[in-house]
Amino acid sequence: MRRKFDMGKIVLSDRDLALKSVHLRKKTLEAIYDAGAGHTGGGLSCLDILNVLYNRILNVSPETFGSATRDRYVQSKGHSVEALYAVLADRGFFPEADLKTICHYQSHMVGHPTRHISGIEMNTGALGHGLPICIGMALAGKMDSASYRVFTLLGDGELAEGSNWEAALAAAHYKLDNLTAIIDHNTLQISGHTRDVMSNEPLDEKWRAFGWAVKVVNGHDYAALTEALSQPAEIGKPTCIIANTTKGKGVSFMENVAKWHHGVPSDAELKQALSELDAAAAKLKEAA
Amino acid sequence: MSAPAPSMFTPAAKAMAEKLGLKMGRANLEEFAATLEELAKANPNIIAVTSDSRGSGKLAPFGKNLPKQLVEVGIAEQNLVGITAGLAACGKKSFGVSPGCFLTARSLEQIKNDICYSDVPAVLIGISSGTSYGALGTTHHSLHDLAVLRAINNITVIVPADNFETREAICFAAKATKPVFVRFGKAAMFNLHKPEIKFAVGKAIQLRDGNDVAFIATGETVIHALLAAGQLAERGLNCRVISMHSVKPLDTETILKAGRECNAVVTVEEHMVNGGLGEACAAVLLQNGMSKPFRIVGIPDEETVPGAQADIFRHYGISMEGLSETATKLLK
Repeated sequence: MRRKFDMGKIVLSDRDLALKSVHLRKKTLEAIYDAGAGHTGGGLSCLDILNVLYNRILNVSPETFGSATRDRYVQSKGHSVEALYAVLADRGFFPEADLKTICHYQSHMVGHPTRHISGIEMNTGALGHGLPICIGMALAGKMDSASYRVFTLLGDGELAEGSNWEAALAAAHYKLDNLTAIIDHNTLQISGHTRDVMSNEPLDEKWRAFGWAVKVVNGHDYAALTEALSQPAEIGKPTCIIANTTKGKGVSFMENVAKWHHGVPSDAELKQALSELDAAAAKLKEAA
Repeated sequence: MSAPAPSMFTPAAKAMAEKLGLKMGRANLEEFAATLEELAKANPNIIAVTSDSRGSGKLAPFGKNLPKQLVEVGIAEQNLVGITAGLAACGKKSFGVSPGCFLTARSLEQIKNDICYSDVPAVLIGISSGTSYGALGTTHHSLHDLAVLRAINNITVIVPADNFETREAICFAAKATKPVFVRFGKAAMFNLHKPEIKFAVGKAIQLRDGNDVAFIATGETVIHALLAAGQLAERGLNCRVISMHSVKPLDTETILKAGRECNAVVTVEEHMVNGGLGEACAAVLLQNGMSKPFRIVGIPDEETVPGAQADIFRHYGISMEGLSETATKLLK
């Protein structure tokens, strides 16, 4: 098992990450605008999690992506692919210009992750698939006494898929402390509030009852995410991190509005959203 | 004392098997389990994944002898396929083993996305497939698996007819770099092949030559076609018998040759007639401009008749007598 994350190795400060998140939110929105399709609200809600994963936690880079010992990240909520692609482009997995080809004819950047794209471990998009796959990956790591860790990101609405709970049993049964499931707990899904569509609370108690070590964090707090993700919560148990997030985070008129689940901004809406994000960046720089 | 299970073969069919020099082997299921254990002993990367199916899959000895190479997921077929995919993505040669009925229905989306679309070299083994569970009813039959997997890109589909084909299929799967599905039943099978026969995926094996009728059969129906050919020979008809063990990729060359050279074609499968081997052969012939008297023998689109596997086979004409009659009528 890899040792606790060395906080001394942090290259990007929390402020750096905050500025990067603003940039990545802009890239996500532009990509969705250019594609004319995409998942806006959930992309913005999980973006800070992805930012922390790829810039502080995951032992993976474009150069090491083929390595057997790399950490694995599988995005079970595959629909939030634009945010993931923005993060991967920023980390150098492919040119940022490729974001302009999302959903275009003959571009492999289809609307859900595929392994044709550098940095993508598995093809996802149908919900309830990521956790079982990650159990296989984590088991392989245990069999090989490998040091890599395995991470997956699930939507809270996604938890209604029964396959997640099959997997939740198995991960605890096999004591997969090299596995971390992060729940993007934004409380909204395509039809409305998760509590109205299919209530799933209390999430923390459910995962604990299934034998997982559970941490509840603010999913937009870089320090809290870093602390929670940097090591398994408990030896001998898989870790579940319930990341409380805001759907549409960072754009006032998108925040906590279900219709932005896969809403595509108009010209005016994009302009306003980018303007708000630029203002946020300026504020961050001023505070420095 | 319970009644003995009905025999798959009438006394006349057994006599024909003897006349053809066929010897009874073991169940393909047993051949699979023995082969996999043998391969796994030599290759620690081979992992069997079971869904409370190690007993049904005859893998209890595997689990006892190679406990670190067996992953039990409980009764959770979706999880079985996802875990099998994840293991394969991290360098393991994983074999997901579960009854064909559950494996290819409940977890079809995992097969499609996690294995085929993600293109991991995982193997799926559908045990007790077709109507092997007989009187347990439709919940336990897999008469759809060939159709659904034919409609999914990037998976090889093998339906072995006997122990030799089963062993070869498993050895192929263990080395494959792409997804593979193998399905078979649990009844003992006659050995059909001569020792010098070579097995290649995508290349059918011709068991008997003849030009009156070509029987193109797959899996555990091939024996019945072979016996029918023996019976028809006694009536002056020379029939070709082809074991189409690879349903995907399909050996179109052998199908077209049969279409060119034979007066009629009968396909035989332990599968619903919709979307299986028969329709695949029909498409090959028609798209190449061949129109011959043609019959698909399989399970029709109806609620399957209750009964043991042998009852079901006999009811739908998958027997020496039934296939002889179908071929004879087709030539009239």
